[in-house]
Amino acid sequence: MSDGIYVVGIDMTKFGRYPEKTVPQIATEAALGALDDCGLTIKDMEAYYSGCNRGAVGQQTLKLLGQTGVAVVNCQNACATGATAFREGWMAVKAGVYDVVLAVGVEQMGKAGLLGGGGGADGIPTEGLLGSSTMPAIFAEAGQEHARKYGTTFEQFAKVSVKNHKHSTKNSKSMYQIETPLEDVMTSEMIAYPNTKLMCSVNVDGAAAAVIVSEKKAREIGMSRAVRVGASVLTSDRFTERDLVLPDINTCTIEAAEQAYEMAGVGPDDIDLIELHDCFATAELLHYENLGICAEGEAGRLIDEGETEWGGRIPVNVSGGLLSKGHPLGATGIANIYEVTQHLREEAGDRQVEGAKLGLTHVIGLGQACAIHIIEKVSA
Amino acid sequence: MPEVEKAEQQGPLPVVPYLVGVDEGDPHLAGQKCRACGTIFLLERADRFVCSNCTARDQLEPVRLSDRGTLHVYSIVHRSFPGVKTPYVSAVVDLEGGGVVKGNLINVEPDPEKIEMGMPVEVVYDIAPQKDRDGNEYMTYYFQPAS
Repeated sequence: MSDGIYVVGIDMTKFGRYPEKTVPQIATEAALGALDDCGLTIKDMEAYYSGCNRGAVGQQTLKLLGQTGVAVVNCQNACATGATAFREGWMAVKAGVYDVVLAVGVEQMGKAGLLGGGGGADGIPTEGLLGSSTMPAIFAEAGQEHARKYGTTFEQFAKVSVKNHKHSTKNSKSMYQIETPLEDVMTSEMIAYPNTKLMCSVNVDGAAAAVIVSEKKAREIGMSRAVRVGASVLTSDRFTERDLVLPDINTCTIEAAEQAYEMAGVGPDDIDLIELHDCFATAELLHYENLGICAEGEAGRLIDEGETEWGGRIPVNVSGGLLSKGHPLGATGIANIYEVTQHLREEAGDRQVEGAKLGLTHVIGLGQACAIHIIEKVSA
Repeated sequence: MPEVEKAEQQGPLPVVPYLVGVDEGDPHLAGQKCRACGTIFLLERADRFVCSNCTARDQLEPVRLSDRGTLHVYSIVHRSFPGVKTPYVSAVVDLEGGGVVKGNLINVEPDPEKIEMGMPVEVVYDIAPQKDRDGNEYMTYYFQPAS
C-alpha cells in the first residue's frame, strides 16, 4: 500500500462581504492561517494551487505572500473550483513530485445577485422566454424531479434550510448565525418554486487554504493534528437522457461517491459527518441518496426524522452549509475540508460531532463537475 | 448569418437554432439523431459530428421533433433578471419520439396545485414579444397543456 497524503495545516476566513479587499488579499489571509496552523512558511511550499473563478490569481496572491518562484497552477471549475485545486495539489504530492504544497480557494462574489441565465451574444435574451437558466430555477427543477418520483414536499425541502441555518448559529465563521423557523423559510420571497430566498445559498466573499503533505513530511512535522486524505475523486457529467437541458447533478455524484468509498475502503455507513453541496435546499435532499446515506426515495424521511441534524445519525452541513455559512464559489471546496478537519481534530467547539473519525466533503460545479473527498482521523 | 442576408430578412428569425422552418411557414423543432445509439440532440448553431453518448462519429442525421410531449418537471420563476416579466413557468418537456426541450409553459396558472408533472403538452409557435437591437422580430415556441 502506498504512503498516505495528509493535510497538516488548514484555515478559512470568516465568510462575509469584503468589498474593501482584493481577491489576493482575501486569499492571503486564509493561506497565512493554514501555514501558521502547521508552523510552516511560504518558503517551505514547493508548489501553489489556486482555485478562483475570476482568473489566474495564484501569482497575484504570491506577490502578497512571498514570490518564491514555485510552480503555480490556476484552477477554474465552477463551484468545484476549490476542491479541484485541492485535488491537483493532492495528486502532485501523491505522484511524488512534491512533499509539501499549498492549495488556496478564493472568491469575491460581492452582491452577485442571480447567477446563470442570460442570453447569447446574438438574437434576443431567452431568459423568461424559453424557461429559466437561473441557478435557483435549475436546482428547483432538479428537486422537482425528486418530488415527482417520490412525493417530496415543499416543506421537506424547506426543512433543509431550517436545519442548516440552525447549525450555523454555532459557527463564528459563517456569514449568518441566525435561526430561521420553518414558517419563515416557507414564507420568505419565492425565487423559483420550490426554492424561496432562504433556500438559496448566500453570495459571499471568502477563502480557504490547506497545506497538503507526503507521509514523510507529515512524520517530520508530527502527526498530532494531521488528517489523512482517504479519497479524492473528480467526475464530470456522463451523458444522461436530459443532462443537456436539465443539468444532471445526480449521476456525477453517485459515480464520484462510489469511487471515493472504494478508494478509501469504506462505505457510507462508516462516515461520521458530511459537508455537501447545498447550493439550494432542493439539492441537499438529492445528495443524501446520491451519497448513499439512505436508500432511493428516503431523503424526505431523513430530513423529517432529523437524522442529518447535529446529534442525528449522520450530521450533514454542521458548518451551516452554503445556505447559511455562504458560498464563495472557489473557496467552498476547501472550506468543506476545513470543517471536516476541525471535527476530526476535535477542535470544532460547540458544534463538535463527537467521536468523528471519517468525514466526507462534496461539491458540484454546474456544467458539471463533482468532487468528493474523504478525510480520515489519524489514530495516534 | 451574413450581414447582407440579415438586412434583407423579411420574416421573423428563429429564436434558437433548433427552431427551423420559419421562413417556409412550417416552424418546428429539430435535432440530430445518432444512427448508432438513437440519442437525439437539439440542433445547435454548428452541427455536431460526434455523439456525446456513444461517441460514434459521423452518425448524426437531421430529425424533425414532435410538437407533442409530456411535462417532465417545472419551476415557477418569481425572481429573474431585471426586465424579465415574472412569474413564469420554466418547463422541461420530453417530446414524443425523443428529444428533451426547455421552454415556458403558458396558459396555465403559475400555481403548483394547477400544474401536474407528467401531463401532456403541445408545442406552439408565436412571435416573441421582444425585438433585437436591429429591430428584427423573432419566432419562438411555448408549451401549453395539450387540448
